[in-house]
Amino acid sequence: MRTALILLLLLALAAIPGSLFPQRSAGVSAVNQYLEDNPNLGRVLDALGMFDVFGSIWFTAIYLLLLISVIGCVVPRLRAHLDSLRSAPPPVPADLSRLADYQQLTTKASAADVVTTAEAWFRKHHWRLATKAAKSGTGLSAEKGYARETGNLLFHASLIVIVVGVAVGALWGYRGQVLVREGTGFSNTLVAYDEFSAGRLFDAKNLPPFGFELEDFEAEFEREGTQKGSPRQFTASALTRSEPGANWQRETLEVNHPLEFSGTKIFLTGHGYAPVLTVTDPAGHVQFSDSVIFLPRDGNFTSIGVVKIPDAPQQVGLEGIFLPSAVVDEERGPISVFPAPDSPALFLVAWQGDLGVDSGEPQNVYQLRTEDMKRLGVTSLLPGDVWSLPQLGHVRFEGVDRFISLQIAHEPGRQLVLVASIAALIGLLFGLFVPRRRIWLKVTNDTQKKTVVEVAGLSRQGYAGLSSDIAEMLGEVRRVK
Amino acid sequence: MTLAQTSLLLVYASLIALAIAMIAFATVYANTRTKVLVGSATKPQSQPVRSRAVNIGYSVSWLALALLGAALVTRGLAVMRAPWGNMYEFALSGAFAGLAAFLVLSLKRNPDWLAVWVVVPVFALVGLAVTVLYTEAGPLVPALNSAWLIVHVSAAIVAFGAFTVAAGASIACLVIEWMRKRASDAPWLATAPTESVLDRFTYRLTAFGFPIWTFAVIAGAIWAENAWGRYWGWDPKETWALISWVAYAAYLHARVTAGWRPNRTMIIGLVGYATLLFNFFGVNILIPGLHSYAGI
Repeated sequence: MRTALILLLLLALAAIPGSLFPQRSAGVSAVNQYLEDNPNLGRVLDALGMFDVFGSIWFTAIYLLLLISVIGCVVPRLRAHLDSLRSAPPPVPADLSRLADYQQLTTKASAADVVTTAEAWFRKHHWRLATKAAKSGTGLSAEKGYARETGNLLFHASLIVIVVGVAVGALWGYRGQVLVREGTGFSNTLVAYDEFSAGRLFDAKNLPPFGFELEDFEAEFEREGTQKGSPRQFTASALTRSEPGANWQRETLEVNHPLEFSGTKIFLTGHGYAPVLTVTDPAGHVQFSDSVIFLPRDGNFTSIGVVKIPDAPQQVGLEGIFLPSAVVDEERGPISVFPAPDSPALFLVAWQGDLGVDSGEPQNVYQLRTEDMKRLGVTSLLPGDVWSLPQLGHVRFEGVDRFISLQIAHEPGRQLVLVASIAALIGLLFGLFVPRRRIWLKVTNDTQKKTVVEVAGLSRQGYAGLSSDIAEMLGEVRRVK
Repeated sequence: MTLAQTSLLLVYASLIALAIAMIAFATVYANTRTKVLVGSATKPQSQPVRSRAVNIGYSVSWLALALLGAALVTRGLAVMRAPWGNMYEFALSGAFAGLAAFLVLSLKRNPDWLAVWVVVPVFALVGLAVTVLYTEAGPLVPALNSAWLIVHVSAAIVAFGAFTVAAGASIACLVIEWMRKRASDAPWLATAPTESVLDRFTYRLTAFGFPIWTFAVIAGAIWAENAWGRYWGWDPKETWALISWVAYAAYLHARVTAGWRPNRTMIIGLVGYATLLFNFFGVNILIPGLHSYAGI
């Protein structure tokens, strides 16, 4: 018990840094930001595993030790419990008068009748019973509340199953993020994901081959009061099919209402704006015409994004800030003051030169590398505005679409974890609230041919109902004539 | 006056009632009157007489509970949803649960000694709610808009109430034992409850709260699976809920560990309570996470 206690306290202590420092499992960018802000401290913390606490060696060691300690506790106790379930309750102690609730009464009824009556009462109230007749008198041992230990064992065994279920999810599960613009879609293959992580035993062949197309997304925000700007309702309307060739179904996706395809769930976790741009070269050829995902940077959806046009004679890049409700602040410059597109504006910087996309190195699609590029100009555009640049041609800000971010996840052990959690809870209730208690009776004949009944009880949990149990049983005995 | 304004007025009124109750209950630790009852013929029992001040304390506490309850109901009506959408509402609900748990217990038992240790944190919670945490009444953010809000949050609040009273009993016990050890001859010590009585009291409340807390964590995991796509993601709030769970599990183990005196066991319970408080205040205010929408 002392080992379990120390390990429990260690586990609680070890989990604390996981909540104080950004965790890679929750998002790599926050960790990188922390490392950038605190390079020296960050390096030390990183070496100690502080950014990956729940996967670190020391955290794993603690919970594995705890698991071993639980197994080491459950197995022998299970054996002892099964033994006690099969064997009779312990015999009557030599000196009953030293126990709690000791009582003695003398009756004219015969010893045999007293024993039968008491036995009948115990049986009726589901006590386990053993009667032992000896020359000195008859001893009755009764015990109840085995469900306490059964509950304890169920609880601890369920904890082991929960850990197994979590491990199954960690080994075979996967999760990823896909950003989808209005009017576009994807089919569920690895290339569709912006972020993807999977357990060691995951096989990409097991991705269910569903298809998803976003038709329309709507977001509502609070317009009045101090909570102005708080999100109120997000609704995505989408077409889905379970596999290529299947019929498309129209579905509504909302927060708290995921879609599901053979165990894989699709959650709506975020959204943002995708301004639509058309770029034509001076000769009038369309170089680019599409919506572009701009990642939101604050609660009012000040968003940044880039457009790369590698096919132009001279490669072109556009960097932009999109503001759904633009206001030009005297001190802070252009900012967005509300998350809905009430007065959208787009600020663009145009670059020309080498985008660096031909080098073969993987590139961040949301960033422009401008070291080898020349700045052509800066402008601000309202929807419908055209920006003309002699070297580049025309950039037209057509309007703005939205995009949503979807979390796609499969956690194979989750049903097991749920069942085990419920079992643990049931076990806990029995283990905490069922009192284990014993009552002993000693029935003897005294010299006046009267029957002497001695009773005592024992409950380690200090069960208050024991004395009333004894009183009720003795009441029956007294009634015997 | 709008419903939300009525609600706020009721909160202020409850704050006044709580302040009076606090002073009234503090007199327990100064009261000297005892009455010797010659009860069951064998040994005379010495039993404290409830002073008028303590009786006032109970009456005013019931009033404060009614006011807080009315404040929560009007707040809920003002926004047409369960009043569990932001920290202000959680704080009021937690205060209500703690006070209710204490007063319900006072019907059957005699918790005079821990009254002040419950009413002070309740007062502090309500005070913080109206000064620091106050949020205008408004509808829910989409992530909270789920039936699981009621299941998950109500369980957490009920468990918090039980743990609050358990923490009050622990502090009362530690204070009384500390005074006894100092051989203080304060007359009130003679009638103060024994360590084992307060220990059992604390245990019962913790044993009541622990499965409910467990249920709150499980319900939260089911909801998280529905809303965020994973039942457990080590979000700071989840992590601290587990830390509290582990701390209270440690308390339950310590209590049956041979050689652990009640005072040490109670300190583990109080550490558990401190983690609950940190989860509510620290995590919501200091640490960014998925539960941060709870709003200040």
